[in-house]
Amino acid sequence: MRNAFVDGLVELALADPSVMLLTADLGYNVLDPFAHEFPDRFINVGVAEQNMAGIATGLAMTGRRVFIYSIATFATLRCFEQFRNGPALHNLPVCVVGVGAGYSYGNLGPSHFALEDVAIMRALPNVRVVAPADPDQARSAVRAIGAIPGPAYLRLGKGGNPTVPGLDGRFAWNLPEIIRPGSEIAMIATGAVAPETVAAADRLALKGIQARVAVMAHLPPEPTEELTELLRGCRGVLTVEEGRVTGGLGALVAQTISQGGLNCRLQMAGARGELAGPVGSREFMLAGQGLDADSLADQALGLLKRKTATAKT
Amino acid sequence: MAFSKPSSPIAGSNSTRLARLEHLSRQMRRGILEKAYAAKVGHIGSALSVADILSVLWGGILRDAGTQAPGRDRFVLCKGHAALGLYAAMHFIGRMDQSTFDSYCMDDTHLGVHPEPTIPGVDVGTGSLGQGLSVACGLAVGLRLDRSPGRVYALLSDAECNEGQVWEAAQFAAHHKLDNLTALVDANGTQALGRTEDVLDLSPMARRWEAFGWQAIEADGHDHGSLLGAIEAPRDGRPRMIIAKTVIGKGVSYMEDRVAWHYKSMNADEFARGLAEVDGGLEEAAA
Repeated sequence: MRNAFVDGLVELALADPSVMLLTADLGYNVLDPFAHEFPDRFINVGVAEQNMAGIATGLAMTGRRVFIYSIATFATLRCFEQFRNGPALHNLPVCVVGVGAGYSYGNLGPSHFALEDVAIMRALPNVRVVAPADPDQARSAVRAIGAIPGPAYLRLGKGGNPTVPGLDGRFAWNLPEIIRPGSEIAMIATGAVAPETVAAADRLALKGIQARVAVMAHLPPEPTEELTELLRGCRGVLTVEEGRVTGGLGALVAQTISQGGLNCRLQMAGARGELAGPVGSREFMLAGQGLDADSLADQALGLLKRKTATAKT
Repeated sequence: MAFSKPSSPIAGSNSTRLARLEHLSRQMRRGILEKAYAAKVGHIGSALSVADILSVLWGGILRDAGTQAPGRDRFVLCKGHAALGLYAAMHFIGRMDQSTFDSYCMDDTHLGVHPEPTIPGVDVGTGSLGQGLSVACGLAVGLRLDRSPGRVYALLSDAECNEGQVWEAAQFAAHHKLDNLTALVDANGTQALGRTEDVLDLSPMARRWEAFGWQAIEADGHDHGSLLGAIEAPRDGRPRMIIAKTVIGKGVSYMEDRVAWHYKSMNADEFARGLAEVDGGLEEAAA
């Protein structure tokens, strides 16, 4: 997904001479295509994320569209206030690019787990928060971000993220992209944990349950009509995100159901519990949080059982 | 000598310029007291501390200040809590109308204690210490890439240099040889809870900036000629830091060098005494 981002950014920069890329000394090899093509539009600011956010603010004030790149925790948590008081307050086209969503860097430990980033960035009303599900969608998202006048947060997985079947790289603002039709329940995923969600839907299909599967890459601060419409026809929904459900997709869907007065049961899969604990591969970490395909399928089934139990009483 | 001294005092030919700037400073001090008293807010000492620096910058240095001209000089008030001084400068050079200036800290105003980017003429909204110099660096790089004649000026407080981000920006500006960037430190030696030397000693300030790769110049922050000399001294390819020695509350005797006037607001008696002192200055200038 990192490489797709950079390819997309090079395309964007070829068309838009105002595009610049800043990194806080991360992205070894990954950023080379941009740095080689546009040496005057690339700055490694050093290990200084707060300064990077401020520099991007100043550059954007001189008419530039600036992408600032680091590991997702550092790119958001470390310089949140600088981003809030700079690009967000001044409504400037600065896009924070955070690589390593959720547990992408599983064995690097809790300092590298990006779990709260979506919640804090969604709290800024004019920031477009985007978590692509696969490399093709990441490329489309870069194109879309390149056309907006204000700030954004692009949350990437890392390398080796598989393609999500049925998504075909589609991306649109506010829109849950339906990648598999179904009836009884829906599963909505955001970000690089979408493939696990599709695998969970496959397990349900083996049991004769056709779950509707959607990818919600753009996570707006408030419920949208499109999301409300998707949920209107559902008896139950499972949200799937590689991060805290508080302030994330789960919270967005809960608010959508509540505000829309929808008759839809909700189960939220995501990061819970303490930051400290055993670490391991991303797969190990996902399983520990109930975000592997088997756990997700079980949670969806539980949703159906509860629904049935309620219906009988 | 690890750092440069300002060039020789301004010659006689500049006397009109200096008199004009000194008059502007006095007008600003009166305006600062009036607006702070009407709004019953503090941060008066800080605004008075930077009044002469802002007078020199806005009245004598900044090209097309407060306009939207693309080649204009940019100004970042990193120490946003002194915004009343900035508003006074903008008002008395004719970049802010009377009713806007009068709205300071009233309901439904854009003129809060800290400056907002929604105010015409304010390029950068500030208020959280330590962040402005980074934005100034970005502006300086952007203007250089544009081959713009515009230069960038940033005004920091001394205690703001407690913030680590200031030194991130310092390293960046030196590495990239941002010689279109001039920063000034309002070195009044006081901060919210005490004297800087007691809270977190910053000395030797000029040597610190020199060590970070800046051209550091010391100036008298209440002497317009000294400030002009430091700002207009020949450049040597490095970003410039002017350590402007100032006194908090300058111009009002009972506020001068008193930590309390970082936050305190005036009562009626204090306001009358303060006004008499700065008005005395205005009368002297007129005589």
